[in-house]
Amino acid sequence: MGGAKKEVIVCRCEEITIDEIREWIDRGCDTINELKRILRVGMGPCQGRGCHDIILRELSRWLGTPIDQIEAGTVRPPVKPIKTGLLASEGGEPAWSGKTGQTS
Amino acid sequence: MTDISTDILVVGGGAAGLSAAAEAASCGADVLIVEGDLRLGGQLVKQTHKFFGSRDEYAGTRGYKIADILLDEIRENEGKVKALTNTTVTGYYIEDKTFTAMRGEDSCARIKARRTIVATGASERLIPFPNNDLPGVYGAGAVQTLMNVYGVTPGRRVLMVGAGNIGLIVSYQMTQAGVEVAAVVEAMPKIGGYWVHAAKIRRLGIPILLRHSVKEALGERVVEGAVIMELDDKFNPTGLERTIECDVICLAVGLSPTTEILSHAGCRMRYVPELCGSVAERDRTMRTSNPDFWSAGDAMGIEEASAAMVEGRIAGLCAADSLGLPAKMEKLDEYWARLNRLRAGEVGAKIRSGIGKVSRDEWEV
Repeated sequence: MGGAKKEVIVCRCEEITIDEIREWIDRGCDTINELKRILRVGMGPCQGRGCHDIILRELSRWLGTPIDQIEAGTVRPPVKPIKTGLLASEGGEPAWSGKTGQTS
Repeated sequence: MTDISTDILVVGGGAAGLSAAAEAASCGADVLIVEGDLRLGGQLVKQTHKFFGSRDEYAGTRGYKIADILLDEIRENEGKVKALTNTTVTGYYIEDKTFTAMRGEDSCARIKARRTIVATGASERLIPFPNNDLPGVYGAGAVQTLMNVYGVTPGRRVLMVGAGNIGLIVSYQMTQAGVEVAAVVEAMPKIGGYWVHAAKIRRLGIPILLRHSVKEALGERVVEGAVIMELDDKFNPTGLERTIECDVICLAVGLSPTTEILSHAGCRMRYVPELCGSVAERDRTMRTSNPDFWSAGDAMGIEEASAAMVEGRIAGLCAADSLGLPAKMEKLDEYWARLNRLRAGEVGAKIRSGIGKVSRDEWEV
């Protein structure tokens, strides 16, 4: 304990710290989309489910703008990682059965 | 690639989605539920406590039994409802009006639906503090899943962060499972959850420390303790700190609506703090600005499972009606009366205010 400054991870997927986010907001990247492009925050396996809200609150605090007026980031498919091999194989094998799984 | 088509696609098989599916099927719609988890039921399957509210929403019944009741109702509509579990709707492509879905990690399908009900629920909110990535830092929902679904305790001694209903209930359930709860800390000056839940854990001698939060996690490779700090009225640290010995820090600091599919569908969204995130504008039928899309439950704003089930009923009824099926639309008023009862009084003030910001009487063409 003590000694070196401890890291505060905001985006666990891409291992981005709060200091990095603050640094880049300070340098003018004051939207979610810009921060994504610079740092890849929210672009890992969870697609921002863990960090998006924390970053919104940081932006709100830094800009002095209420959180409901912060520009939303772009949301694109897919919502979770898909293997490129699966896409390349046109959906994988075998084809889903016609009965679409179990009847509940 | 497999192609699937359905009258009504329900994305998410939790409290809202199962209610929507049951209602739509009872009107004669063919319904497909797509659920990412291995089983249907969503958060209901791990709720071992009895629900509050009114009898219409199964008050007095334990959550996991409510899931069984909804599944029984769905089975009564023989053959109308199909479900795909272990399957995630990964996207909606508005230009083709087509969904993609992935089962497990090894096969994909395209889904076409005449109507869609998004009941994707919520994800757990996290808060930033030093060493928050150490093993032993959990979301409270994750702890509840570990214990009540898989029968695994998270650790030996826990610091609970957050005295809302989830923090209080999970603290009690951990104690039932033989895990010691060192303390519950809550940044607000008052307990957020129902007092009956708070009273249960106070009777067990667990301290609830208001105006306190976690400052940092201690430990090299795993959590070995936590420093907690006192906060003033503006949530700034007063300087008063102490160390709690624990091997688990459990975060029950709120949920955020899961809304990606609604965004893909171009539904008009707005960030509403009272509903805990970005949510879709909706009319009285739970329809969004995309006329093919309805939504219900936590995806439309964080609330209780009871309200999610009624919203699901509304979405299922109205989506079926829009297909020209014989939906008993007079039920809509009854469902709204139930929702209004659930949202009445001081407890519902925040929800009512939030919903007011995203409710639309009609949609501009």
